[in-house]
Amino acid sequence: MLTVNHMVQYKHIQVDDSFAALSDPTRRGVIEQLCRADSSITELADKFHMTLTGMKKHVAVLEEAGLVTTQKIGRVRTCKLGTRKLDQEAAWIENYRQLWAARFDALEQVVEELKRKEKSDENRR
Amino acid sequence: MKTEGKTHFERKSDRETVATRTFNAPARLVFEAWSKADLFKQWWMPKSMGATIVSCTLDMRTGGSYRLEMKHPSAPNTMAFFGKYLEVIPGSRIVWTNEESGDQGAVTTVTLVEKDGQTLLSMSELYPSKEACDEAWEGMGEGMGETFDQLDAFLATQKR
Repeated sequence: MLTVNHMVQYKHIQVDDSFAALSDPTRRGVIEQLCRADSSITELADKFHMTLTGMKKHVAVLEEAGLVTTQKIGRVRTCKLGTRKLDQEAAWIENYRQLWAARFDALEQVVEELKRKEKSDENRR
Repeated sequence: MKTEGKTHFERKSDRETVATRTFNAPARLVFEAWSKADLFKQWWMPKSMGATIVSCTLDMRTGGSYRLEMKHPSAPNTMAFFGKYLEVIPGSRIVWTNEESGDQGAVTTVTLVEKDGQTLLSMSELYPSKEACDEAWEGMGEGMGETFDQLDAFLATQKR
């Protein structure tokens, strides 16, 4: 049975994949290149001074992570940007903000508690 | 500029992010909550994040160091966060390094400014380079570059 917890974990795995895919400078370069225009694997290999096999591997990692989609037309495999996953990265940045917002909310509670304590100590004196 | 509840966020430059928040209490109490481990543990890892603080030592003085270990139910191991306090001025300023990210870690500066019994807290995270800042933002979800590197290596072996 697919529980909510599993869904959450699955999402994390997907995001982990994207981060791993983006941890390589060549792959980040490929993403930037595809932001500008769709390219064939041959074009990408030329651009990044790599062998076709090497570029195929990088594209496969990006495809696995859902950051890139490829389509073979005739003999040419064209790479395009997959947009869906980038939203998840944006969601992580959002999570950073949420973490700090939640942290500061919790800090406020601790500080309020300290304030109350101090006041009651004063009253006792 | 972006607001989340009462906290404001800003990417101030290529290398710096800033969060600000006002607390309705004197600065010395905000500082106390930040400097005493038993208080710090009560707020640093909000319950909603699902992780718990396993251990926490804070030697909050200039030149002192800190170490935090956290555990998330979905992760097999604890995550350690550690560094040094570069500058501590009780009630007004805390500056620390984040060394779990190696030499690409940010330097965090918290300043407290008290006015009419309220405290404006501002927290800046300054990265050594734009790349490190971007990377930290990318990796913020797990906060651990090492994990991604391992996963990266793993994925590379899986590729056809």
